[in-house]
Amino acid sequence: MAYLTEAKRIELEAKANEVRMTVIDILEDAGSGHTAGPLGMADIFTALYFHVLNHNPHDPLWEDRDRLVLSNGHIVPIRYAAMAHAGYFSLEEAKTLRQFGSRIQGHPERDRLPSMETTSGPLGSGMSQAAGIAYAARMDGKTFRTYVAMSDAEHQAGNLWEGIMFAGANRLSNLTGVIDRNNIQINGMTEDVLPLEPLREKYEAFNWHVIDIDGHNMEDFVNAVEQAKAIYERPTLIIAHTIPGKGIKEIEFDYRWHGKPPSTEEEQKWLAELRTLQGKIEASHHG
Amino acid sequence: MIRNDAHIVGNVFDMETLGAAATRDGFGHGVVAAGERNPNVVVVCADLAESTRAQWFRDTFPERYIEVGVAEQNMVTMAAGMAVYGKVPFITSYAAFSPGRNWEQIRTTVCLNDVPVKVMGMHAGISVGPDGATHQPLEDIAIMRAIPRMTVLSPCDAVEAQKAVEAVAVSGKPAYIRFGREKTPLFTSAETPFEIGKAYVAWEQEDPEVAIFATGPLLHNALRAAEQLAQEGVRTIIANIHSIKPMDEACVIDLARRTGAVVTVEEHQVSGGMGSAVAEVLAHNHPTIMKMVGVHDRFGQSGTPEELIEHYGMGIAGIAQAVHGVRAKK
Repeated sequence: MAYLTEAKRIELEAKANEVRMTVIDILEDAGSGHTAGPLGMADIFTALYFHVLNHNPHDPLWEDRDRLVLSNGHIVPIRYAAMAHAGYFSLEEAKTLRQFGSRIQGHPERDRLPSMETTSGPLGSGMSQAAGIAYAARMDGKTFRTYVAMSDAEHQAGNLWEGIMFAGANRLSNLTGVIDRNNIQINGMTEDVLPLEPLREKYEAFNWHVIDIDGHNMEDFVNAVEQAKAIYERPTLIIAHTIPGKGIKEIEFDYRWHGKPPSTEEEQKWLAELRTLQGKIEASHHG
Repeated sequence: MIRNDAHIVGNVFDMETLGAAATRDGFGHGVVAAGERNPNVVVVCADLAESTRAQWFRDTFPERYIEVGVAEQNMVTMAAGMAVYGKVPFITSYAAFSPGRNWEQIRTTVCLNDVPVKVMGMHAGISVGPDGATHQPLEDIAIMRAIPRMTVLSPCDAVEAQKAVEAVAVSGKPAYIRFGREKTPLFTSAETPFEIGKAYVAWEQEDPEVAIFATGPLLHNALRAAEQLAQEGVRTIIANIHSIKPMDEACVIDLARRTGAVVTVEEHQVSGGMGSAVAEVLAHNHPTIMKMVGVHDRFGQSGTPEELIEHYGMGIAGIAQAVHGVRAKK
């Protein structure tokens, strides 16, 4: 990967919009699941699968692939949607989300779908697993990079801070963390439930390099990922400030959409909203 | 009588000359041997290098030894990541903390993740002694055997402990092994059988009246109790259940059929431990009168290992009493 060209940026924005539509589609089919987080992370997961990660959807366990660990497993619909668009499995299979016998489990399971890298859902354990992968890779002289996507609220869990401390102490510069800083959690706003701030200073105190970005700005994210590669002897954290439910005006910023799927009626309305946006993006591309 | 094919040492009942070593020493030797065979074997330690014997591996393979500090949840989740990548991590701490403190992480990131992390629980049981109840884990077998895909082993001496470590190193699966702090009798030999999922009979008298299933160093107490009982004319047969999961169901059912009375012996809560696992097998296949020697829903306390084993009913007298009890009920 490399820094973004204008054409690539527009292509990624259009792709993110398609991926959002798939998220809404598969959540409505499933009848349960989380909506706000996946929509809020649509831009970053699109950038990851369509620009950042060194990967091969047709050889998902290629040994030199970049690793992406999803710590907050409940936003996995966005990963499924992005991976389906990238060609790991069909959109039809993605629509079996949460169904009996499906590989597309409610929370990701490595043994059913190895390209998930890890099984996750219980919060706070992805950082350490990613650090373990990065540490082992360095032992073997591997040059692939390891990414871990985390929620903000899971930083209330102690296991995560143990992992942050370990990664910083071991100077895992091949590890990049991404926090979905959307400020919501099940019981309300993070700063009301149990304040997380100052997140930047906390990570810096643990020997991390920290970059704040607009999590909906493709260029910001790609630049941050590139910067992380240049940071020596420290892991990098990207705090991606995102809007939960991004793309669907009526649910943006509303914490009540953390853990429920759209109804059929909402699905239709939202898809129409995104199709309008898609038209605008394409018009700007061709214009 | 001691079975010849168990290859138990000749002086097994001579406490003056019988050797002794802590089962954790078996871990130290076993993991170095495993490390020599497989360069992917790594040892992760939570600030207890000397007492867990992880230090022996560190001294041999310093580049494959990882220190995580006092952080057992990070220890297992970080090891899970290493195993996802392709390493075979042995994680070492006291059983009170690992698997005591990091159970959910073991369930999700090791077993559900299906990666070969080896959880090595040192200082298990009440025989930790003077440290007291906080450091006397008596629930580890129960919480580990409840998780799908987990292998649970409980070796009886340092020789068997080394075999157990070398066996899990090549199993490709999640595993838990419990080890003791104190020196306990060394009574098995290199020739003594060891296979995961396979029990063996260590003591057998003709036409036995009671079957004893024992695990861990208390197997030695069970053998001594059997020898005393033999002098009183009570005939027993003893199997070593070093492999609690998978359990050798055929052996358990066979001995229960032959005797009609069963005693289980373990340094663990009777709720959920090896005795419970035996009871599950028998309830499903051949309901049999049972008594369970172990700790009965209590916490430990400070004391010498010998005092505590006696006080909580796991000494020779306690085992003999349980045998008399089930024999009388037949």
